Amino acid sequence: MGISKIWIYGESTGGVVSTATLELLAKARTIGDTVEVVVHGDASAVAAELGEHGASTVLSIGELGDGLPGPRVASAMATAIDAGNGPDVLLLATSYDGRDVAGRLSAKIDAPVITNVVDLTVDGDRLLGVESIFGGSLDISTGFTGDGTAIFLVRPKSFAAESAGGAAAAVDSLEGGDLGNTGGSTVKDRFAEESTGPKLDEAAIVVSGGRGLGSAEHYELIETLAGLLKGAAGASRAVVDAGWVPYSYQVGQTGKVVKPAVYLACGISGATQHLVGMKGSANIIAINKDEEAPIFGVADLGIVGDLHKVVPKLIEALQARA
Amino acid sequence: MNVVVCAKQIPDPADPGQMDPETRTLKRDVKLILDESDSYGVEMGLQLVDAAGEGEVVLVSMVPNSEVGGLRTALAMGAGSAILVSDEALAGSDALSTAKVLAAAIQRCEPDLVLTATESSDGYTGTVPVQIAELLDLPSVTFAKSIEVSGDTATVQRQTEDGYDVIECSLPCVVSVTAGVVEPRYPSFKGIMAAKNKPVDELDLAALGIDPATVGWTGARQEIVATAEAPAGEAGEIIHDEGDAHERILAFLDDLKIL
Ligand SMILES: Cc1cc2nc3c(=O)[nH]c(=O)nc-3n(C[C@H](O)[C@H](O)[C@H](O)COP(=O)(O)OP(=O)(O)OC[C@H]3O[C@@H](n4cnc5c(N)ncnc54)[C@H](O)[C@@H]3O)c2cc1C
Ligand SMILES: Cc1cc2nc3c(=O)[nH]c(=O)nc-3n(C[C@H](O)[C@H](O)[C@H](O)COP(=O)(O)OP(=O)(O)OC[C@H]3O[C@@H](n4cnc5c(N)ncnc54)[C@H](O)[C@@H]3O)c2cc1C
Repeated sequence: MGISKIWIYGESTGGVVSTATLELLAKARTIGDTVEVVVHGDASAVAAELGEHGASTVLSIGELGDGLPGPRVASAMATAIDAGNGPDVLLLATSYDGRDVAGRLSAKIDAPVITNVVDLTVDGDRLLGVESIFGGSLDISTGFTGDGTAIFLVRPKSFAAESAGGAAAAVDSLEGGDLGNTGGSTVKDRFAEESTGPKLDEAAIVVSGGRGLGSAEHYELIETLAGLLKGAAGASRAVVDAGWVPYSYQVGQTGKVVKPAVYLACGISGATQHLVGMKGSANIIAINKDEEAPIFGVADLGIVGDLHKVVPKLIEALQARA
Repeated sequence: MNVVVCAKQIPDPADPGQMDPETRTLKRDVKLILDESDSYGVEMGLQLVDAAGEGEVVLVSMVPNSEVGGLRTALAMGAGSAILVSDEALAGSDALSTAKVLAAAIQRCEPDLVLTATESSDGYTGTVPVQIAELLDLPSVTFAKSIEVSGDTATVQRQTEDGYDVIECSLPCVVSVTAGVVEPRYPSFKGIMAAKNKPVDELDLAALGIDPATVGWTGARQEIVATAEAPAGEAGEIIHDEGDAHERILAFLDDLKIL
């Protein structure tokens, strides 16, 4: 039978499809015969982009109003699956809402989820999810033993988003089911932090600072350097937990996954939870005063030294060039 | 106000552990401690009970081996009591089975609010909180930075890609708490002594009416098919700064033609 139908949970903001969704499409179209994307909101606004990336159909559950996606998307998916119209495989990005949908659906249809997937491989009739554990030193391939929809939560940046030159996807609808008490959370307000320059997970150069900066004021070194390199500024969790920068700066297992052309780590030790968020970078430069720091294990260029000496000189040299 | 806080007990993450080549699971023969990720939920629960002026924090934990080390830490912080679900049949449980067991234990407490971490430090599937909510037919808010309760409503700041949303949620509900958003208190000496006498109600699967075949290895319905050492990257160039390391960095960037 093989893998005939794949569903992807499609996320978008203001009519722009998320990169993580396009990454899933790029992989799915090489595996399944049919790829359909389940969305909420205005399906016609995203049908062209999703079709271009390989989706045949966009299945819309309609507008959410001020409701959270998790229970609503999961209920619509479960209704279709219970009626025998579900997919062989469902792929979701490890995003805030992707995890909510996967968790809800899993409990509704009593199906397990394979999580933290960084690659997908075909094994006969089924799909295996590859998880990278122990800070990326061991890859484990996991498959489902039962029947039914195979649910995978895939980490962002596992695949490269790429247009397939496809025509706009057809738009169809997916009926929601009864939400019971699960629909009781509503969005009252939204706050976005102002940011300038490229986005952390899209920048070609990322400069990140860790606890080695010593204090909150010194984070300015990172911002200045990132600005001069036209890159984005990131941080380790130690710096985020200390309140020096907001959570949106965090790189790692519980933060963003980045894969820039250059990642410059300043005063970051290289804990496994940090490494999983950045070791896919094409080139890694690390500055750390401790030559035993694990970050040097993944560095293409490692500088053993005091960042308070190296970084200001680097800034000066770049300013002199500009 | 009664708050259930899920408290996972895990091997010390400072001790990296090993994959057992026979069973293809992590070896867990070391002493278990409270997952640091859950210390934020415990702290938040204690603060909410304080603010309400009544009620208590009840811990719920699942292990295969009767371990209570982590629960004692959370009890010493100020939680009132704990339910420990322990059964050998739980070894190898996946996230959904874990959620089924925790949900059955939580139901006994009839809480106003259930707190969890957004993801555990050892398995980090991040799906258990929402699975619990769905199994209990409750609304949920994940990635909470702060929680305020007033009457029958929780107001939660939920982390987003570039900021936060303010979410209102009817009680009872499940809220998963992001690490680092409150400062977990250190247990006082008095707290540690008091914790020794606080009730820990140990239940097995039979007591919860759960069929052992639906949890553990058989209940997981997933199998590890292969493991492979990830290819080690080529060793990079390491230099000691002699005052001119910035020039080496610039040359490296120039070679990439990225500036
Ligand atoms: C469940 C879980 C999830 C996690 N998720 C993440 C995550 O997403 N992202 C993340 O980053 N972490 C995460 N962590 C935390 C992680 O384990 C580390 O604690 C954290 O990454 C350490 O941050 P750091 O490297 O800045 O600090 P430290 O480990 O304290 O390292 C500071 C480094 O700076 C160096 N240094 C000090 N002074 C100087 C100087 N003057 N010049 C140069 N170097 C100097 C030191 O040698 C040291 O190596 C997570 C942990 C857990 C348990
Ligand atoms: C390397 C590795 C990979 C794994 N991959 C998968 C997978 O792909 N799919 C899968 O279904 N399972 C997987 N598991 C198993 C899974 O981690 C365990 O089932 C675990 O019991 C529950 O999941 P979690 O810790 O990941 O939960 P999470 O959803 O990350 O936990 C969130 C929160 O729920 C609460 N919680 C979770 N477990 C307990 C507990 N035992 N007691 C009290 N509170 C708890 C805590 O507050 C916790 O912080 C994996 C385990 C490992 C070690």
